[in-house]
Amino acid sequence: MSALTALFYVFAAMTIFAALRVITARNPVHSALYLVLTFASAAAIWMILKAEFLAIVLVLVYVGAVMVLFLFVVMMLDINMDSGGRGFWRSSVAIFVGIAVALELAAVLFLYFRGASIADAPALPADYNNTKALGALLYTEYVYPFEIAAVILLVAIVSAIALTLRRRKDVRYNDPSEAVRTRAADRLRMVSVPPVVRTAASPGAPEGDAADGEPAK
Amino acid sequence: MTLSLAHFLALAAILFALSVVGIFLNRRNVIVMLMSIELMLLAVNINFIAFSHFLGDAAGQVFVFFIMTVAAAESAIGLAILVVLFRMLDTVDAQELDSLKG
Repeated sequence: MSALTALFYVFAAMTIFAALRVITARNPVHSALYLVLTFASAAAIWMILKAEFLAIVLVLVYVGAVMVLFLFVVMMLDINMDSGGRGFWRSSVAIFVGIAVALELAAVLFLYFRGASIADAPALPADYNNTKALGALLYTEYVYPFEIAAVILLVAIVSAIALTLRRRKDVRYNDPSEAVRTRAADRLRMVSVPPVVRTAASPGAPEGDAADGEPAK
Repeated sequence: MTLSLAHFLALAAILFALSVVGIFLNRRNVIVMLMSIELMLLAVNINFIAFSHFLGDAAGQVFVFFIMTVAAAESAIGLAILVVLFRMLDTVDAQELDSLKG
């Protein structure tokens, strides 16, 4: 058993253990952290398959961004940790279905793909650069899908913000569309004010009358 | 037993089955269901990368790239919906999200 095979078994066991804990942990925070471990060991598996760029991207994007988002949401929402009594019947059905799916898939795959040894994989040239090769493919052959992916990400950003944006009631702000649509008549009103004649008989009263309120017609 | 393509595919199959079980087990908790979907996509990605390596074709890795893009968008929108849901209903229990049932 070569070192590569041993490494594969170690990381595969770690991936499966962590995935098992993701789905069985009672606390969603633990689930999220075990999912991080799953992604990290899957990245190691991808390294064995010589997909370095995607392994790094998996760690950076998933562990660095998506899982942090998950953890934020899990901690922001006040979730009761007890996820209810998961009945024995339901979990036994689930485990049966899972084992059946895994066994069937593994049996078929081992039947047909066992001969493909990793030594038979096409040898890469000595100066092979995974990142460069992927970049060359992405920007030539797959440039339109790449742009569609960019649009999808933009839509995701916009929709995530639009869904969670809350208009605050306690803040005063200008509505730009209202401000643009304003007319001079809304801002300024010409009124004809009759001249005020001061008399010696009433010194204080006329000032008050002239300062506030509607002018007398 | 030397390492073969079947090993990687079996690992992906086991991960996929585990995530199916996860959706069965955590039918009340939407967050763990989202995590199970992420696990499913990871299993698919392992398949893609294994075939890409054993066929010597980098196109499979490009597809993994796109799947990761879509998965990131999906989880962002899913979590945003979850936050809105929690604000409106004060729960993320999937069994109580039945207001469309009539």
